Amino acid sequence: MLKGYVPPYNATVVQKLLDQGALLMGKTNLDEFAMGSGSTDGIFGPVKNPWSYSKQYREKRKQNSHSENEDSNWLITGGSSGGSAAAVSAFTCFAALGSDTGGSTRNPAAHCGVVGLKPSYGLVSRHGLIPLVNSMDVPGILTRCVDDAATVLGILAGHDPKDSTTIQDPVKPFTLPSLTDVSKLCIGIPKEYLTPELSSEVQSLWSRAANLFESEGAKVIEVSLPHTSYSIMCYHVLCTSEVASNMARFDGLEYGHRCDNDVSTEAMYAATRREGFNDVVRGRILSGNFFLLRENYENYFVKAQKVRRLIANDFVNVFNSGVDVLLTPTTLSEAVPYTEFIKEDNRTRSAQDDIFTQAVNMAGLPAVSVPMALSSQGLPIGLQFIGRAFCDQQLLTVAKWFEKQVQFPVIQLQELMDDCSSVFENEKLASVSVK
Amino acid sequence: MWARAVRLRAAARGRRGFTSKADSQGSGRVTGELIQHLERLSLVDFGSQEAVARLEKAIAFADRLRAVNTDGVEPMESVLEDRCLYLRSDNVVEGSCAEELLQNSHRVVEEYFVAPPGNISWSKLDEKQPFSHR
Repeated sequence: MLKGYVPPYNATVVQKLLDQGALLMGKTNLDEFAMGSGSTDGIFGPVKNPWSYSKQYREKRKQNSHSENEDSNWLITGGSSGGSAAAVSAFTCFAALGSDTGGSTRNPAAHCGVVGLKPSYGLVSRHGLIPLVNSMDVPGILTRCVDDAATVLGILAGHDPKDSTTIQDPVKPFTLPSLTDVSKLCIGIPKEYLTPELSSEVQSLWSRAANLFESEGAKVIEVSLPHTSYSIMCYHVLCTSEVASNMARFDGLEYGHRCDNDVSTEAMYAATRREGFNDVVRGRILSGNFFLLRENYENYFVKAQKVRRLIANDFVNVFNSGVDVLLTPTTLSEAVPYTEFIKEDNRTRSAQDDIFTQAVNMAGLPAVSVPMALSSQGLPIGLQFIGRAFCDQQLLTVAKWFEKQVQFPVIQLQELMDDCSSVFENEKLASVSVK
Repeated sequence: MWARAVRLRAAARGRRGFTSKADSQGSGRVTGELIQHLERLSLVDFGSQEAVARLEKAIAFADRLRAVNTDGVEPMESVLEDRCLYLRSDNVVEGSCAEELLQNSHRVVEEYFVAPPGNISWSKLDEKQPFSHR
């Protein structure tokens, strides 16, 4: 739909980075219009997870004596900001921006072994971010370590007159303290997030993380978010409804792809949109318009808005009871092979994969996915921390402590290893200066 | 009546061409009439029976929300509902980039975007133009 489109302005977040001297290296691949949880539905093709080519993964595969062609069974990055996560994971850049509407930054971060931060809604400007769900979108930040994410957030956060949904409270760049004492911290473990679909590996890492906090003196308690099981349906209704509205601006008239149909404006719009949108996008627009029909509006859209309030209140209640940060899995399992992922359609996959991440978007809270450890197959698994609204700094402080404790291994990409083997042996580096 | 016309048109268009069937399978919730209505509202088409099936699944999925008791609960539109919306003062601070904006469009004449004639209600059955296949 946006073929040939050259934006006549920079997004605020991009401009802020450029003003700080950042070098824009490029634009990354994603699911079309950020709809998807695998980065497989983009117009440029699917995104391959760099860990597919890592020494850690390949060695495990050899052990399991899979002798087929290495390249045919590559893994997905997760989505929808998969390209950004892959770029950061493969040391292509210092940091990357993504978007997070239902987990689109945190999901690929977990699959690619990088830090994926979703700031509080209203902290970072959405001016220039193609809107999907105006009440839930935020620009996401992907980096290799929590300190980097904090640095980038410090630059990007703050009121923007061009985005009236940004809060007006003053925000300053900050450095994260290095916590040594977590005894005053209260970590909440939401029990409803223990679903049957959760893989045993992720579950055991989740328990290990909770035990880690406890052993270091933090208070770790089980909490309840009672409406968790309904949040994915609620998200589905609200997301498709807002999408139906937001996608209406793409008509081919002022920018983007345009079809050669001149019968009437509506005929031209219809033909253009049929050509310009893939099945996923069209499916969501149609579903959204169904929920917004006069006869369905109360029963679906307004109902979902009410459920949204219940979900947001669940979080408020938990935080009010003294919990500082919630600890949950980010994804159900490690990254899966592409051939396996595409066996189900996009909508089903999104409903499955967004399960731990979308409730946070509905409540507008900050959340960060931090890589914890490698799975038995040598693939990254990340865990999610959820903080109170606008307490991003506290959230990142806890995440940084955790990151230091778990010492997630650096990805070993063969070519890189040959050049910089001595550098890797000596220190765990977040940013590498390649000779 | 229109169902017959649709089937003829579907045959004419070949593999890609079908938008609605009078005898749609599934829960029956998504009738041919609803399909037409949604396509008209959205100005995108379903494109296949799979897409209709997906819509039915999506509706069934959303129906599970009925189990939640929301009596007395106000709908939530924004998480920032307790804050005042910022309104900047009505001063022009940037703009005058008409040329740049016009460059993005496929069809312009002088400083106008060119659109096909409006006020013609879109109806797929009347459409004479062939669709380009993907």
